[in-house]
Amino acid sequence: MLRIEKLVKQYPTGDRALRGVDLMVPEGEVVALIGPSGAGKSTLIRCVNRLVEPTSGKIWLRDTEITALSARRLRQVRRRIGMIFQEYALVERLTVMENVLSGRLGYVNFWQSWFRRFPQHDVDQAFALLERVGLSDFVDKRADELSGGQRQRVGIARALIQSPDMLLVDEPTASLDPKTSRQIMRLITELARERGLAVIINIHDVPLAQLFVKRIVGLRAGEIVYDGPPEGLTPERLTDIYGEEDWGAGQAVAGADSAQEMDPEPSPIFAASTSNA
Amino acid sequence: MPVTVVNNTKVWQRYDTATRMKIWLGWIIGTAITLLCWQLISNNTRWEFVADASQQLSAFLQRMFPPDWAYAEQLWKPLWDTITIATLGTLLAMSIALPLSFVAARNTTPHPILRYVALLIIVISRSVNSLIWALILVAITGPGVLAGILAIALRSIGFIGKLAYESIEETSYEPIEAITATGANRLQVLDYAYLPQVLPSFAGISIFRWDINIREATVLGLVGAGGIGLNLNASVDLLRWDRVGMIFILIFALVLISETLSARVRKAII
Repeated sequence: MLRIEKLVKQYPTGDRALRGVDLMVPEGEVVALIGPSGAGKSTLIRCVNRLVEPTSGKIWLRDTEITALSARRLRQVRRRIGMIFQEYALVERLTVMENVLSGRLGYVNFWQSWFRRFPQHDVDQAFALLERVGLSDFVDKRADELSGGQRQRVGIARALIQSPDMLLVDEPTASLDPKTSRQIMRLITELARERGLAVIINIHDVPLAQLFVKRIVGLRAGEIVYDGPPEGLTPERLTDIYGEEDWGAGQAVAGADSAQEMDPEPSPIFAASTSNA
Repeated sequence: MPVTVVNNTKVWQRYDTATRMKIWLGWIIGTAITLLCWQLISNNTRWEFVADASQQLSAFLQRMFPPDWAYAEQLWKPLWDTITIATLGTLLAMSIALPLSFVAARNTTPHPILRYVALLIIVISRSVNSLIWALILVAITGPGVLAGILAIALRSIGFIGKLAYESIEETSYEPIEAITATGANRLQVLDYAYLPQVLPSFAGISIFRWDINIREATVLGLVGAGGIGLNLNASVDLLRWDRVGMIFILIFALVLISETLSARVRKAII
């Protein structure tokens, strides 16, 4: 589905955010992208839909080489890539319905969108998606009246109404409490499975990623340093990605706590660290 | 270095000695300049005129009171003209200033050269007072309400345009990124991501300008650009101070109403 080859991004300031990244994400696979702040996670997913222009390298979505597209063709391909953001990135003064329908902007012409005359098919879909994410009663609410978790659900509906082939998800839970974070992660991974989407999720919370995702990619200083299953994230591996830290001790306590409070199964990182101790 | 060590204790002060000296020096120079200016003004003033100012004022007020209440009959039409000039002038300015502000804002301008053209228009509009615009326009379009409307509009374009483009430059980037990511085109991004963020402040700015324009429109008549200022001018020329008093009362009432109205509307928007 998605193929990234030798992707390099150098900002005008001289910062090299990405130093030759190769990555393949097949259809229906959810990948969690972890790494310290400034490792290039945000830059990487923004290069995929060219919100950030890559310096060099190639990106393919199916047979389309995204990196070679004209502005007009790029807009057409962006329709196939849904995006979900850390701070939800809703338009606060528009209603929930308008925010969801804005996911269809690439499919309607300017006057249709100006007069908010979206095709009935789009409106049906918007109602169905709002039902699916549990916001049926909020259709006419303004986005700034919603809580964080509700806003992120609107963000998810907006991304899915594009009928995308893949999702780019940027720190979806960084502004949410632990319980809502899990619900949002569960919703995103479920929807991805239902629709067979390729997904890249940037995420800081490693245990949360390990709970919901089968493949983890670790990025450090613009290079991939880990690519494998969540069980493989040993303390040594985490040190590769994040730098020196007593992973076993800190995580064991935190992992045990959260496991008892919120989930019967032990946190995988706890299991990994004890098995490698 | 505001931190010094005294007896092994770290002492923190807001300013170090050099900065403190500079602040003192600034105060001394500022005081000296104020005193000098005061002396200059004093030397150029005929103090005997100032001495009987209170008598002049009371004589003036006596000539205005009682106001010529019957004259109000003839003032409703020019008062209405004044409101019309302010309102239509503001509406005209809004319709030009909104697109102009998108051209002038750094983050939405279609081209840097166009941006400088837009900024130039805004500066020109702002640098000339409504009364002077009116003087010019009366010469071009002839005296009357139209000249007033255009004068108000020309001055307001710059005012509204400048404040509006500054608020466009302060829009938050996340929704813009999100709408762009859906595959929306430039106009759709403006419509869905920028406009909702900018419209409340645009409406607030416009209503504020309308409030100012009501006051400006009351004096435009002095140069022949319509409104109640025409009557004010004529009454002063005829030394009919009782009529001038009547006009002042109406202007005061009008300004009071417009100010209340604009305060209410702004509160409702924000």
